[in-house]
Amino acid sequence: MRRARPFWQQGIKIGLIGGIVAVLLALVGMVEAFSQRSIISGVISMGHSLLLLVALSMGYLTAKGTHRSPGRLLINGLLSGSMMGGSVALLVIAGTLIRLRAVFINASPVLYSLLTFGYDLEKGTLLLLGIGILCGVAGSQLSICPPLIRQIIVRAFGAVLVAGMLQDLLRPIFAAWGEKISQWLFTANGLTLSGSLTFFVLIGTAVYVGAQKGHAIQTGLRTLPPRSQQWFRWIGLLLLIVLLLVLPQILGLFLSEVLTTVGLFVLLGLGLNIVVGFAGLLDLGYVAFFAIGAYTIAVLTSPELGFFNLSFWEALPFAILVGVISGILLGVPVLKMRGDYLAIATLGFGEIIRILVLSDFLRPWLGGAQGIGKIPKASIGGIEFATPQQTYYLILAGCLLVGLISWRLRDSRLGRAWMALREDEDVAQAMGINLVSTKLLAFATGAGFSALSGAIFASKLGSVYPHSFNVMISINILCLIIVGGIGSIPGTIVGAVVLVGLPELLREFAEYRLLVYGAALVAMMILRPEGLWPEAVRRRELQEDKRDSQSEANR
Amino acid sequence: MAHCLSGNSLEVAYLSLTIGLLGYKTINSDGGGRMQHRLRERPPLTDLLMWLIGAGIAVLIAWGSFSTLTAGRYTARHWFDFVVFGIAQGSIYALIAMGYTMVYGILRMINFAHSEVFMAGPYTAYFVAASLNSSGFLDRQPILSLIIIFLVSTATSTLIAVLLERIAYRPLRAAPRLVPLITAIGASFFLQYTFRGLFGSGFQAYPTMKILEGHWLAGEFRILKFQAVVIGAAAILMGALYFFVQRTRLGKAIRAVSEDKEAASLMAINVNKMIVTTFVIGGMAAGAAGVLYALMFKQVHFFMGFVPGIKAFTAAVLGGIGNIPGAMLGGIFLGLIESVGPSLFLDGLGIAAPYQLKDAIAFAMLVLVLIFRPTGILGERLATKKA
Repeated sequence: MRRARPFWQQGIKIGLIGGIVAVLLALVGMVEAFSQRSIISGVISMGHSLLLLVALSMGYLTAKGTHRSPGRLLINGLLSGSMMGGSVALLVIAGTLIRLRAVFINASPVLYSLLTFGYDLEKGTLLLLGIGILCGVAGSQLSICPPLIRQIIVRAFGAVLVAGMLQDLLRPIFAAWGEKISQWLFTANGLTLSGSLTFFVLIGTAVYVGAQKGHAIQTGLRTLPPRSQQWFRWIGLLLLIVLLLVLPQILGLFLSEVLTTVGLFVLLGLGLNIVVGFAGLLDLGYVAFFAIGAYTIAVLTSPELGFFNLSFWEALPFAILVGVISGILLGVPVLKMRGDYLAIATLGFGEIIRILVLSDFLRPWLGGAQGIGKIPKASIGGIEFATPQQTYYLILAGCLLVGLISWRLRDSRLGRAWMALREDEDVAQAMGINLVSTKLLAFATGAGFSALSGAIFASKLGSVYPHSFNVMISINILCLIIVGGIGSIPGTIVGAVVLVGLPELLREFAEYRLLVYGAALVAMMILRPEGLWPEAVRRRELQEDKRDSQSEANR
Repeated sequence: MAHCLSGNSLEVAYLSLTIGLLGYKTINSDGGGRMQHRLRERPPLTDLLMWLIGAGIAVLIAWGSFSTLTAGRYTARHWFDFVVFGIAQGSIYALIAMGYTMVYGILRMINFAHSEVFMAGPYTAYFVAASLNSSGFLDRQPILSLIIIFLVSTATSTLIAVLLERIAYRPLRAAPRLVPLITAIGASFFLQYTFRGLFGSGFQAYPTMKILEGHWLAGEFRILKFQAVVIGAAAILMGALYFFVQRTRLGKAIRAVSEDKEAASLMAINVNKMIVTTFVIGGMAAGAAGVLYALMFKQVHFFMGFVPGIKAFTAAVLGGIGNIPGAMLGGIFLGLIESVGPSLFLDGLGIAAPYQLKDAIAFAMLVLVLIFRPTGILGERLATKKA
């Protein structure tokens, strides 16, 4: 039974939601932190772009519930925009009247002047209302644009935004082609006007051409003779490998460090992908194996404890072996548990390991709260893997090895047994799959990969502290594989790059990392549960489920 | 130190092996008829391993307690202190566990973000308490200020719980199992870090209330005033909640929806409204528990919900998830074990600084209950109805 609601209610509702989001973003401090980075230098900063983006999206969303008449859309866009602008203005007014700072630590005069663009209160309020209305109307009108123009506008603007956000990454890449190009596109902090126009035009034309010719190119590629197709694939792979090998040399010290962190998380993600993605066993205590690998290397190689004195390469097999055994030891008790219970039990295990490692009880062997230091770096034939560029190659080798094993396992009999386990345990058992050995193998393999990653981490850092092995890392890795696409190997890599690489690149982002992770998880689960680069099977399944449940709900 | 342990480890191993073999033999002994045939099935190797581990742990606990009690390092007053502290902490866990158990009963999902519902209340109420304190109202009218703090805390927690349900859980009612769990985890982190961003990452100290200082004497044993208040308030709230769920119409409707959503909707019960009501009740209990926690530990912090949240979930599982008296019992039991445990058996085993492993005991309890008796002490059948 649906009551006829006046259409402008949608505008007001969305506007209020947008207003709350904008105020929250301001009070949490994201706007202020982000405004340190300019997208287009001298014109607009990332902080303001964030607010504009919210306003535009809210304007776009008002169109969803409204009948497609331009007049109604205009009014709704106006309403939502004015609600948003009004809320932000209210915040500033309240802030100047009451001392909000006693409660909200970010409600400072700096924030207020940012929000009002540096103007005084009355002008600022009017400006906010005006800009809000403009964005709201623009957003709502965008929804009735013909799809091609909309795609061009959205993607071109998006490209400028992304180029501005990733300027630290893009600047050295363009500088490799020529110093002048880099200077023409970027300044020290942000795109130049010419740079932003270049990106806008480039991507705009690319989208246009893609729309006209894309279909033809795709069918052309598909109908090529198989030998040419293979040839294309090999060339693509070769280019990728060359790029990967050459990357740290172009990118310099800081970015290579970022790459090594991303690489470690890719390793961890691929391991957890086997446990959660292939076998469907939600393991929240995954950081325990990471810790076990790191501590094994530390105990075996560090002269500080002095028990053994092996080199990195001699200790590595032991670390992986200990990891595998602990994976089995974790797996045995939780064999009968499913779903939520398994998650909590593994979380419990992870925390127990962390507390034991931190305790005074095990201090003589594991270093207690101070951890273990002076771990020697790995070296091959006298060359030490000391600088980030060199550790990158070690990690790259690890990632390639683990990626290859993952890939081949997925298409093997064991991999199919895991997927059967994931879909329905009882049916899998009825089909003759030995649940015990399959589950234990999943845990063991995942743990082994994690131990490898931990070993490399310990060697890279030179020391291990118990505080670096908390539950946040497990959740981090879980987020990566979910955002990337559960069970999909390229998805894990994409997830790691997006969720680990981006916060490193955008330093302002770092403080709000977990906030954004949390929001991203919720949003992804509601909007796109199959992830950014899903397995084809999964995407079909989840989209079918969504369509079915939506049609159920609508009935 | 640990050499104490290694010297006797052979005996421990022998004991546990014997117990394990006895258990194994019992299963394989002769019974009658079909039962005999079923019992003759040999349990798999992994089950045997788990039996051994369980028996070993039981032996360790018994041995540790025995050594502590015979060493006589703690007097009766000490034990009484531990017990009272344990009951106070346990009742807080019991109140939080209400939220977990009710939401699990009605939605069959673990509301991971309930720990943030628990945190939101006292954190927001802190500002009210601080302003009441600075204006002197707190000292002049302590009972009224306490009531105000309680109200603010419960209101905020309830608001967060309702928002959670509406935004994060309702769109995903029909999704496969993993999806709402992950959404809950994401919502939990989002809330934690939003609070951190809004209010800062520091510890906020609650103002001290003179009315709660001091202690009461009962013969030789003394009980701290605020502990007594916590235990009393928690008991009243739990009683009220139990009464609400068992004796009122709304409570009956909630129980009906937990049993079978579709049948309940056929009985003209508005399922959505009942689910929201459940979250409201859970939120209120968590908000109240939050104030009690703040009164006991005197500090709030944006991360304070995580560990009590997991312990409360342990309590809920201990008592049988979906079972409300079970959650209460489980909470108090867990609080007692956590408080009395380290001194009782860890100390006897010769472990230095046993109180550091307090949390490990709680997590170990969780794992042991999930392994050996997932239906909990009161044996709630909900746990076996899972997909």
